[in-house]
This record gives sequence, C-alpha cells and structure tokens, in this order.
Amino acid sequence: MGRVATDFAYLATIVAFILALKFLSHPATARRGNWIGAVGMLVAIAVTFAQKSVVSYWEIVVGMAIGGSFGAVAARRVKMTAMPQMVALFNGVGGGAAALISLAEFHNLAPASGRLHGDISVSIILSALIGAISFSGSLVAFAKLQELIQGRPIVYPGQQIVNGLLLAGVLAAGVAIVAGSEKQWLIVAVILGALLFGVLFVLPIGGADMPVVISLLNAFTGIAAAATGFELENNVLIVSGMLVGASGTLLTILMGRAMNRSIANVLFGAFGQVGPSAAAAAADTDGGAVRSATADDVAVMLAYAHKVVFVPGYGMAVAQAQHDVRQLADLLEARGVEVSYAIHPVAGRMPGHMNVLLAEANVPYPQLKEMDEANSEFPRTDVALVIGANDVTNPDARTNQGSPIYGMPILNVDEAQIVVVLKRSMNPGFAGIENPLFVNPKTVMLFGDAKDSITQLIAGIKAQ
Amino acid sequence: MSHGLLLAFEVTILVLAIFLGFEVISKVPTLLHTPLMSGTNAIHGIVIVGAMLVAGLGHKDTLTTVVGLVAVVLASANVVGGFVVTDRMLEMFRKREEPAGEQPPPDSRSPDGGPVRKTPPTQ
Repeated sequence: MGRVATDFAYLATIVAFILALKFLSHPATARRGNWIGAVGMLVAIAVTFAQKSVVSYWEIVVGMAIGGSFGAVAARRVKMTAMPQMVALFNGVGGGAAALISLAEFHNLAPASGRLHGDISVSIILSALIGAISFSGSLVAFAKLQELIQGRPIVYPGQQIVNGLLLAGVLAAGVAIVAGSEKQWLIVAVILGALLFGVLFVLPIGGADMPVVISLLNAFTGIAAAATGFELENNVLIVSGMLVGASGTLLTILMGRAMNRSIANVLFGAFGQVGPSAAAAAADTDGGAVRSATADDVAVMLAYAHKVVFVPGYGMAVAQAQHDVRQLADLLEARGVEVSYAIHPVAGRMPGHMNVLLAEANVPYPQLKEMDEANSEFPRTDVALVIGANDVTNPDARTNQGSPIYGMPILNVDEAQIVVVLKRSMNPGFAGIENPLFVNPKTVMLFGDAKDSITQLIAGIKAQ
Repeated sequence: MSHGLLLAFEVTILVLAIFLGFEVISKVPTLLHTPLMSGTNAIHGIVIVGAMLVAGLGHKDTLTTVVGLVAVVLASANVVGGFVVTDRMLEMFRKREEPAGEQPPPDSRSPDGGPVRKTPPTQ
C-alpha cells in the first residue's frame, strides 16, 4: 500500500475517532460512539499491516495475541466497581508503549551524534518523558484503587523539592540530547527518571481523587501518542493522540469543577496538610460509641418524618440497590413525606455515578439535588439516610485540619435531625480515613448490605 | 516534501486537533465523564500503529525487536481493554425496560384516551 493510499485510509480512522468522541458525549449515542471508535481502530491496524515498511509480522502477531487476550480477559472479568482502576491500568500500558517506541526510535536513528532533526529529538524526548510518567503514575493509581497500597496520601518532608529536582534532572538530560549529545544512556536516564517521577507524583494524592488523576494521565498518554506521531511522521498518531490530549485535558478540568476544586488543589492539596494530628484525630473515632439500630426502628423514623434526604454512595452502587431506593422513596411520598436525593459530585467511584444509577431507576430529575442545594436543605431535614456513602459525608473535611480530605466540600448530613447510615461494616471508606460521623450522637448505624437493608425498610414501613 | 514543510503541516494538524478535541466534548453531561474518559483511553491506544511500525521493521537488532514486541503487547492491551471496558460501562448506563404492570397505562385516567388536563375555571 502506497503512502498516499495509507494516509487516506488513516483519515477514515481520524473521522471515526472524531465521531466516536462526539457520540460518546451524548447518553443516547454513547455506546454506538464507542463502537465507531473500535471500527476506526481496526481500520488503522489493517492499514498499518499493509504498510511497505512493515515486513516482519511475527513480533506484531505474537504481541497482539498476548496483549489483546490480556486486555479482553481483564476487561471482561473485572467487576463493575473496579472499572476505574481498569481504566488506569489500560491507560498506563498505552503510555508505556509510547515510551518504548521512543526508546526504539532513538536507538535506531541516533547511532552517531548530530543525526537527528531537532523536532524529531524533541518529540522523542517528550513522548519518552510523558509516556513514562503516565505509565508509572497510572500503575500507582491502579494500586491505590485496588487497595494494593494505602489509598491515603503518602507524604514526607521536602517532597515537592525532591520532585522538582527530579523533574529538572530529567529535563536536563532531555535538553542535552536535543543539544546534540545523542548518547543512548541519556534517553534511558530520561525514561527511568520519568518513571520515578510518575510514582512520586501520584503517591501524595488521596484515593478519592484518583478519577481526576487518571483523567489527567489519560490526557498525558494522548499527548505522548501525538509525540510518537512526529517521530514516525504519521498523521493518524498526531491527530488521534492530540484529540485525546485536548479532550482529556478539558475532561480533567470539568471533573475538578464538578468537585468544586481546582486541578492544582487535587494534585498538590495533600502537601503540608497531613500532620501528626491526623493520626490522633483518627484514633478519636475508636473511642466513641457507635449506636446501631434495627430496620424496624429506622422504618418508624422514616415513616413519621416530614422531610427525608437520601445520600447515596458507593455502597448503593455495589448492592445495585437503586431500584429498591426508588421504591422506598415512592412509599414515603405516598405517606406525604418530602423526599429528595443529595448527590455529591464524586459519590461512588466515578463522577456522575449516582446520577446514572438513579436515572436508571427512573428517579424524577427534580428530586436530585446537587451539593450546594442539598446542603442548604439539611438543617430542615428530619432524617438523612446515608446509603453506603462515607468519605463524602465525613465532617473531618470541614473541621480537622489534619485530615487528608480537609477542604474537600462534603454533604453536611450531620446538620439533619437524625442521620441513619446504611453500611456493611465499620471499615473505613475508600480514602482510608475514619469518619467521626459514625460516632456522632445524632447518628444511628444500620449494618448490612444496602439492598437487604432497604428491602427491610420497605417491609417495615408497609407494616406501619 | 521537505522536512520543514512536513513539520509545518504536522504542527498545523496538531493545532487543529487541539481545538477540535476541546470543541467536540464541550457539552458532555457529568454522568458521561467516566465513560468518556474510558473511551478516550481506548482511542489513544492508536499508539499501536507506532508499536507496529517499530516491531515490523526488517533487519533490526535484538533490542529493537524486544522493545517493539513489548510495545505491541502494551498497546494491544490498551486498545482491546479500553474499548471493552467502555462498552461494559455504557451497557450498565443503558436504561432498563420498566417491568410490565408497574406503571399504570397512560390512558387509565381518561375515558377518551387523551391526557387528563386540569382546566382552570374561566370566568
């Protein structure tokens, strides 16, 4: 296949990707959009096989068999609740691929000094640097979400200085290459330094912020892919990579905005805030008494309330309890209770998670209250029913300067007259921090799977 | 095409892609943030093209062979995993059919089958 035919075929891929992004932005067409993207990818792969410069096939076939089957099996087997870390993992390997392409290109193009065009060496360094950061950073994000390492921020004194010096060192190696010192060990140093930087960059960010970090690293991988396009003089890589780089950056900003936080605050917020008081504050919770109640007790509270606010979280998603929650709400409304839902932007493990689940259960849209509106309603709420939400209700975010989530806007459920927390156990939440809400005298705990508990509540209210 | 001319062309399409990337998703609702992130994640699996170009070279040394092979493995995992995960997410987001009988038929309240209207008394 000639260069011209190849480039026209790649154009079909580019158009498919643009349509995919457009369709993915609308609920009705999103799934079709993903398929269009996949078809575009198949076209690109087929065209690349037919390129004249591709003469050795076994490496490609073997590599695709290994990587493709791993990706398919991992993506099919993963539980719905573990999706965010799966995205992190697949994002990371893409970044790793970009870094390796740069390593191979540099190795082949620069056997002697001064052989590289300036723009080629710049793009080799950029894709090696950004791809490697994305690779190791995504793996740390994966490990945090998979709870292989602790989700809470890992910080130590002078962290920012260490990170700054490391990045400066990596950039210096890159500048040396561009300036004409085309030594192999320099590109290896860039990659190793960037890998270390990626780890150190993500470690101090809390588990609850990981979706934003993954989105940012996703944009990084896109930019790394675009840079490999400059190395290989390949339009489809430049355009597709940059489409992801730009849309991923915008998406990261939108996600941060949904959390009412700037990206800088997400990335660097943990620095200098976690003092020894965090441990002390966490220990406080252990001393407090937890009150637990039976479903019948809670059913009475709900049945005779004037205003009930549901606060759904990850627990509702895991238990797939949204339909039962809707049924409970209908039952309460039939008794004249005012019902609404308080939606924290990052409740669950994906932004918009709760909106989707409740929409699936056909909850009327006007009953869904965003954070600010919900917070203005809690003081006149009789019962706040927290369904498997934890960190987004943690009052430490308001009051405890030592807490890793200090400063994060939360739902002020403790301003309601009674707080009922549906929870499987007393384990701390996703961010790995204790929640003093549970020992608040206003709070009663209803232990058990969210779906079972809601079903019992429905039965209890019907019996009233 | 001279190298400089090619570079100018490449930078042009790069800049256009930046604007297009911002524009094309500017109206995404919150509930699609995560599937969109996952979908874009699958799209940057396009690095597989680069990995194939490296791995498919003839007359290459061992280092290039190994690095190219690993790059293809990683990029394929990105492509396949990315699209499959996105599809599974969107499958979850799809609206389920209401169980029959849960909602009253639309015409149950009006004998003529039309919607019931509360007409304000006109004076």
